[in-house]
Amino acid sequence: MRIPVSWLVEHLGFDEVPTPDELAEAFTRIGIEVEEVSPLGPVTGPIVAGRVVAIEELTEFKKPIRYCQVEVGPEQVNNIICGATNFVEGDSVVVALPGAVLPGGFAIAERKTYGRVSQGMICASDELGIGDDHSGILVLPTGTAQPGDDALELLGLNDTVIELAPTPDRGYAFSVRGLAREIACALDVPFGDPGLIEVPEPEGEAWPVHIEDRPGCSRFVARRVTGVDPTAPTPWWMRRRLMLAGMRSISLPVDITNYVMLELGQPLHAFDAASLSGALTVRRALAGEKLTTLDDQVRALDVDDIVIADDSGVISLAGVMGGASTEVGDSSSDILLEAANWDPASIARTVRRHKLPSEAAKRFERTVDPALAPVALERAAKLLNHYAEGQIKPGRTDVGVPALPEPVSMPIDLPDRIAGVRYARGVTARRLGQIGCQVSVTTSEEGQTIVTAVPPTWRSDLVQPADLVEEVLRLEGYDTIPSVLPPAPAGRGLTEQQRRRRTVWRTLAEDGFVEVKPFPFIDPSVFDAFGLAADDVRRNAVGVLNPLEADKNVLATTLLPGLLETLQRNLARGAKDVSLYNIAQVTLPRAQQVPVPALGVDRRPTEAEVASLLASLPHQPLHVAGVLTGHRELAGWWGKGRIADWSDAVEAARRAAQAYGVTLRVVASDLLPWHPGRCAELRVGDWPVGHAGELHPKVIEALGLPKRTVAFELDLDALPLEDHRPAPTVSAYPPVLLDVALVVDASVPVQSVSEVLGASAGDLLEDIRLFDVYTGEQLGEGKKSLAYSLRFRAPDRTLTVEEATAARDAAVTAAGERLGAALRA
Amino acid sequence: MSGANDPYDPKQVAALSAENLDAAVQKAREAFAGAADLEALAAVKPGHLGDRSPVLLARREIGALPPKAKAEAGKRVNEAQSAIKTAFDERHAVLQVERDERVLREESVDVTLPWDRFPRGARHPITTLAERIGDVFVAMGYEIAEGPELETEWFNFDALNFGKDHPARSMQDTFYIAPGDSQLVLRTHTSPVQARTLLDRDLPVYVVCPGRTFRTDELDATHTPVFHQVEGLAVDKGLTMGHLKGTLDSFARAMFGEDSKTRLRPSFFPFTEPSAEVDVWFPEKKGGAGWVEWGGCGMVNPNVLRATGVDPDVYSGFAFGMGLERTLQFRNGLPDMRDMVEGDVRFTQPFGTEA
Repeated sequence: MRIPVSWLVEHLGFDEVPTPDELAEAFTRIGIEVEEVSPLGPVTGPIVAGRVVAIEELTEFKKPIRYCQVEVGPEQVNNIICGATNFVEGDSVVVALPGAVLPGGFAIAERKTYGRVSQGMICASDELGIGDDHSGILVLPTGTAQPGDDALELLGLNDTVIELAPTPDRGYAFSVRGLAREIACALDVPFGDPGLIEVPEPEGEAWPVHIEDRPGCSRFVARRVTGVDPTAPTPWWMRRRLMLAGMRSISLPVDITNYVMLELGQPLHAFDAASLSGALTVRRALAGEKLTTLDDQVRALDVDDIVIADDSGVISLAGVMGGASTEVGDSSSDILLEAANWDPASIARTVRRHKLPSEAAKRFERTVDPALAPVALERAAKLLNHYAEGQIKPGRTDVGVPALPEPVSMPIDLPDRIAGVRYARGVTARRLGQIGCQVSVTTSEEGQTIVTAVPPTWRSDLVQPADLVEEVLRLEGYDTIPSVLPPAPAGRGLTEQQRRRRTVWRTLAEDGFVEVKPFPFIDPSVFDAFGLAADDVRRNAVGVLNPLEADKNVLATTLLPGLLETLQRNLARGAKDVSLYNIAQVTLPRAQQVPVPALGVDRRPTEAEVASLLASLPHQPLHVAGVLTGHRELAGWWGKGRIADWSDAVEAARRAAQAYGVTLRVVASDLLPWHPGRCAELRVGDWPVGHAGELHPKVIEALGLPKRTVAFELDLDALPLEDHRPAPTVSAYPPVLLDVALVVDASVPVQSVSEVLGASAGDLLEDIRLFDVYTGEQLGEGKKSLAYSLRFRAPDRTLTVEEATAARDAAVTAAGERLGAALRA
Repeated sequence: MSGANDPYDPKQVAALSAENLDAAVQKAREAFAGAADLEALAAVKPGHLGDRSPVLLARREIGALPPKAKAEAGKRVNEAQSAIKTAFDERHAVLQVERDERVLREESVDVTLPWDRFPRGARHPITTLAERIGDVFVAMGYEIAEGPELETEWFNFDALNFGKDHPARSMQDTFYIAPGDSQLVLRTHTSPVQARTLLDRDLPVYVVCPGRTFRTDELDATHTPVFHQVEGLAVDKGLTMGHLKGTLDSFARAMFGEDSKTRLRPSFFPFTEPSAEVDVWFPEKKGGAGWVEWGGCGMVNPNVLRATGVDPDVYSGFAFGMGLERTLQFRNGLPDMRDMVEGDVRFTQPFGTEA
């Protein structure tokens, strides 16, 4: 909300008016956020009121140009070129004469333009810095000023606009009335309430009104003003304030409703009474009903929308925007003013549904003072009477019974206890009184001093003791609260899982991977590129209703799409050797979607309710994944380096798991998007927890990735938290080193051979290491030779070669029996 | 050559004369000194210490001497041979040192050759920051809580005292999960972990929760739809807003140095009452030390305590939340938040594993 300082301080009894910055600081201190403090101008030099004497239309240019004679002082007429067309001869305008400097350092001089000499400029409001309207020049209401009058004073340029963003709980602060009251509390100055207007007793009804939907409308008040002069202009002072508040002047009746809304916080609507047919009804819209709103948009209404209807049908989208058919127009002289209290939640839904935020809706959403409607109507009617000679009819319609705030009681020292401050005696009662509460202090049966506050009608946000506490604390100042560290509880540190996750995070980085954090939103067509079958579980993704990018509308079931996209971005920017990883949650729908239980918030849900709440969420395990392309070891002066291959992906996955304390087993697998012959399934025992290897050439082609790009993905949450408590004993006796080369069928996985050897060599085997894999003609078709070095050692003696050889031979025999392995000749 | 029984031959005996032996020693010294390296020294060695060297030949003549002269001649020969041996050893030692030095010199390399054989890896700075914040609070006795990113509206809004159609719900522009009535959202803040923690843990609780959060903001230099927050929650008997302030000040000092502190401005969040915005005094702020908007905080709203079964008449609590991207942005002076989400390795690599 934008408000000129001059308007704000009009209601405050300052001995000495603070500077705009001091006011802004006061607002900030009590919790009304200040978005901007904008001094008007600066404007210097001769700026005067002028009267347009004659207009010559120049037609030789691409756009209409006017060559005007403007009376800018007694006996002084200047010729001025103007590009606007929203004025006629005789209009009163603002002229910047040569020598004037407008905001932004815009200097006015006599100059030749469009083939004529122009002696000044006719100004638009934005050029003067008092609004953002550039639809035409500023035409002053007739009689506002005489030619030659100093316009600086007239325009009130020695003023500052403060833009405020009150929090959504403080509906009352969306008005000059509410903001001035806040300053009165913040700075302890007297406050003159503009809402204290005498409201006369009505004589009969202003218009027949029925509220059919009481929950939607708690109060509906109407007042009628007839004989309004439709040509009456909006007075300059009101136009100026509307302009500075960021609203455009439309017509006197509409401007008055807006002005009163800004001043008091009650949105009003003006109907052209002559266009109304029959009684007004407040109800929800019926299915299929439509309304043309003031902005000439035809809107299909929802049965949840609250509307005002007459015999002709719906005439207004209540609280949000009026209808075109009953709009106050150029000839309206019979005006029905309406002020109501609409259900904030309904208004909020209607705004969202029709994407129709309005100044009125903004206030209704935040709750409008239920006592304000007749007051605001009285104020508006009087303004119409004063500026357009309207006759206020004696009747007033006032239907509905609005809910008023309930009293709230609390121990009087609760603010002290919450703040951790001992406030001076009487502070709580004084502050609550200051914001408009009726305060009483009593003693409970237990002897506790209790303060009871009946909140003022505009403070529907004060419903519990904590709300009263906040009022006391913020007005006393948060800066008076001391800084005290609470006594430290005995924490247990990180959980085992948290510590191991951190190790995984760090290990991959230390291994040369760069962590990236792609968004979890993915385009499901990536699964086509992956070649996944129609029923592949990874296609079963959770959808996002309102994605930012229309095609990225599901949540990742695998981290690979995001990683590969990030890889592509890096490659597109010139990178060649890239290793990326990501650790993030993926979202996996459950086989059976459990509905979300309807739970209240008035009590703790039962264990069963909590369980069903948790069960209604998709499974969201933490995954770790990586992609590599280009060199794993760079080429350089030392040699050619080494290109990343499938084994780097497997190794990275295994190292990640090892960092978590788990040794993965590897079995050959065939899972897209991996290469069918170069895909490792990673297992904990027999339980698959991920995959690693080279990507399928077709996937690489479809995604435009470099050949032989490799990747891994692991479900970190599927890794068990194995108890890792090693107690190694180290033998100081010398080892016996033996090598053995075994020939097996090429189809036998190396891991099986290693496992059999390791398991069969007995306790003396300390280490086994594969150091060569050989295939060749000597071995024959379909065979491979595996060369192992074995290290034997005894814990308690020097091992003999004979003992070690016997152990090795036992292992070789076992490999022969189980896997058909033969000693290489 | 003279045998033992040969008659006395004055010429041959001359080989045992002091002059001749001295000359032999002298020649040997000159020869050793003239050897430029170990190979040359080895080459001249036999001529002075070998079987056919003058001194050893002279020794053979001792037997021909009359018994009286033998002892003296033997002594002279021994001295001469010893002198030659010493000369050899000395020279050998010198040459060996020279050779060792030369070998080391010849083996020297250009150690300024680049050694970037293995490209450097790095953790994302948000990860490191989250870990660091976690450590600060763990040191204060807190524990680290976690929660899912896809949440029920009950946890994300209802339990946090957001009324059904309260404007605060639209304040945080929410990603909704299909279908339209799913009642599931991507969490708009880490605050649902507050409700989870209170349902899950025994009192008192002191937890922080770093995590990923989502709002429908378009990506630009200062906004990203996917971002990270850290949430703090303490619920105990007798906790005050002063305790909240003390905790935030302590947090600020840990993050921004001993001169840092915080300032609270009244604000509104449905799940806290009273509520405040937190500004932090940042001594290294670009353009001079100053206040920077850091996050939100407040005393846990009694409605939140009630919804999770905590008696607000017995317990009170405070909560706070900060954006990690924003914290990183002003702490490191990063101009554009997009760099944090795009995953360009050139952005992340300089952070290393611990930045």
